[in-house]
Amino acid sequence: MAVMNMIEAINNALDTMLQRDDNVVIMGEDVGYFGGVFRATAGLQEKYGKTRCFDTPISECGIIGAAVGMCAYGLRPVPEIQFADYIYPGMDQLISEAARLRYRSAGEFTAPLTVRSPVGGGIFGGQTHSQSPEAMFTHVSGLKTVIPSTPYDAKGLLIASIEDNDPVLFLEPKRIYNGPFTGYYDNPVAPWSKFAEAEVPEGHYTVPLGKAKIVREGDAVTVLTYGTMVHVAKAVVEEHGINAEVIDLRTLVPVDIETIEKSVKKTGRCMIVHEATRTSGFGAELSALVQERCFYHLEAPIERVTGFDTPYPHSLEWAYFPGPVRIGEALEKIVRDLKS
Amino acid sequence: MAEEKDKSNLPPLSLHVPEPRFRPGDKVDYSDLAIPEAGAQARPDIHTAPKDMRDMVYDMIRVLDDDDQAVGPWDPKLDDETLLKMLRTMVQVRTFDDRLHRQQRQGKTSFYMKCTGEEATSVAATMALHGDDMCFPSYRQQGILFVRGYPMVDMVNQIFSNKADKLKGRQLPIMYSSRELNFFSVSGNLTTQYPQAVGWAMASASKGDSRIAAVWCGEGSTAEGDFHAAMTFAAVYNAPVIMNVVNNQWAISSFSGFAGAERTTFAARGAGYGIAALRVDGNDPLAVYAATRWAAERARTNQGPTLIEHFTYRADAHSTSDDPTAYRSAQEREEWPLGDPIMRLNKHLIKRGVWSVEQQEQLDAECLQAVKEAVTEAAKNGILGHGLHQPFETMFQDVFEEMPWHLKEQAAQANKEREIKWPS
Repeated sequence: MAVMNMIEAINNALDTMLQRDDNVVIMGEDVGYFGGVFRATAGLQEKYGKTRCFDTPISECGIIGAAVGMCAYGLRPVPEIQFADYIYPGMDQLISEAARLRYRSAGEFTAPLTVRSPVGGGIFGGQTHSQSPEAMFTHVSGLKTVIPSTPYDAKGLLIASIEDNDPVLFLEPKRIYNGPFTGYYDNPVAPWSKFAEAEVPEGHYTVPLGKAKIVREGDAVTVLTYGTMVHVAKAVVEEHGINAEVIDLRTLVPVDIETIEKSVKKTGRCMIVHEATRTSGFGAELSALVQERCFYHLEAPIERVTGFDTPYPHSLEWAYFPGPVRIGEALEKIVRDLKS
Repeated sequence: MAEEKDKSNLPPLSLHVPEPRFRPGDKVDYSDLAIPEAGAQARPDIHTAPKDMRDMVYDMIRVLDDDDQAVGPWDPKLDDETLLKMLRTMVQVRTFDDRLHRQQRQGKTSFYMKCTGEEATSVAATMALHGDDMCFPSYRQQGILFVRGYPMVDMVNQIFSNKADKLKGRQLPIMYSSRELNFFSVSGNLTTQYPQAVGWAMASASKGDSRIAAVWCGEGSTAEGDFHAAMTFAAVYNAPVIMNVVNNQWAISSFSGFAGAERTTFAARGAGYGIAALRVDGNDPLAVYAATRWAAERARTNQGPTLIEHFTYRADAHSTSDDPTAYRSAQEREEWPLGDPIMRLNKHLIKRGVWSVEQQEQLDAECLQAVKEAVTEAAKNGILGHGLHQPFETMFQDVFEEMPWHLKEQAAQANKEREIKWPS
């Protein structure tokens, strides 16, 4: 075991897979000599050479398209898109090509690539360094979407993603790279080293895709969330003294419906929290699923707590962020009749 | 099988991954960089067909020589007043950059980007345009705003995201916009402005207007598909647009080889599309001015687009989030063979007898004073802090022309949260 922050855990997962599988290659803007703008690939080019971890031209279309071609040859590329906000020029290669290759060739060709990309706000990055575009990808058939919330999960999920034979979009909440941010932006963030989830095993292990994690057991209300918001939601639940069950989905597609259903049927209440914009966000899908499968167990309307339907503003980012006040209000509302 | 025979005795294939020549600590040697003599480049007539001027894309237009004289057919023969304005503007840009970079370091804002060493590529280029020509900048062309007289205090207000910020605190610092000065809103995504500039130019042409468009991007982002879409559209529709590629050698940590510079020049991209293209010493303000004026005359007389590669050097970090000492040799800047645009123009003006060391010192002091005043004035409107400079409604305005019901609801929610989070 070693204590790692999320960046170190991701770096360690990449290191493990480069070591283990000659077909794994890492590519992206500034990932080579420099080791990535968030340092996720630091030292990997030096250790494995320039043909295993290399810089690319600034072309997300080229990065993802070349990765699809490498897959056709038999490699297992792990391209990095520097910010998820920059991924759109690569959408066609990801959506029309990588995600449908298995289907359209009846399994002759596959695209087992893992696209890594930082998401989320809270670093005063303005509208082009803060987005959470996961729902644009969960809407696509044939693409898995993974979002870790701890160093332990980040490493295990990333290895599982790389080993998965389908294309995976691996989104990294950048606000929690260094520590589990709880939503109070003006408080210092405690480093990961103070938390048990920063204990990361050496070598190879996986956290299975498609499996959620109950991060806090409870019976008053089910909170479905992922990424940065796992920590924020958990802190709010505890602050309000509500015995909520907090579920970190970890994988959005395929989502762990079994864990969701079981929990909502137990609590009879469901609240969904994500940082992304509200309209057609992944929360809408979750809400529909819960309504379809747990309707007769629900004792209150499903609540969604999300970012607002605006671009991520620069100066008002903490007004935008779905923090403790917005979550707390929804939480109190959904359990109101329980208390009275 | 023929394939088997062809493959015998061949060495295995190998993957080429570009590597810059110098890394931190390396001694820099620029002796094999082809720098042609100033004044030696022919100036084609503006009616020349692109195919008849392809040699320009491998050459480099230079006007200021080693003796600080303006020489050759590209000398724009500017009067003293224009040259002094050019110098003053570049000095003001550099002083502003240094001062605002320091404001970021002091925690007054989140981010800043300097254009140190590249001032000529926006200042001299814009001076060669008409004020009503439309500029589509990337994030490093603050020089355009200085040429067109945008108030520094408004720039600082934007950088501080304060209550006087004309962009309502929405944009990352330096992502300016000024419709009044024909300066298109800066995007944080790369090269998206390229096809947009071509579209603006197509619109101007289709309306029988006389205005042209100019657009800038870095050499690194010529790799984006948008660049190539823009080139195709510009060629197909003969659009009146000047497409500037500021080749400052570095895209964050990736040297120009990752955009194709090991093979050919960026100006040569134009030849492939049948577009007139020039390659210019980007640290020579007179060469930049002359090339832009040539391209502008060409565009304005319905002869279509020009691609201009400005060969320059990013003398400082990519942004305040970057530390170039981690990936490139510090000597690169010190020994850059094309010098510094401000120093070169300063020496030329001294040589002409219209400028002196003392006047330069006085100008430096005046420019610093002007920035200090702008910063002090802007700080009265607030600095980036807890983001309470704008009414929360502003977050929901301009998403659409008219606010739909769901944004009205969300705005009400934001205001309610404000009372709890930040009670007055």
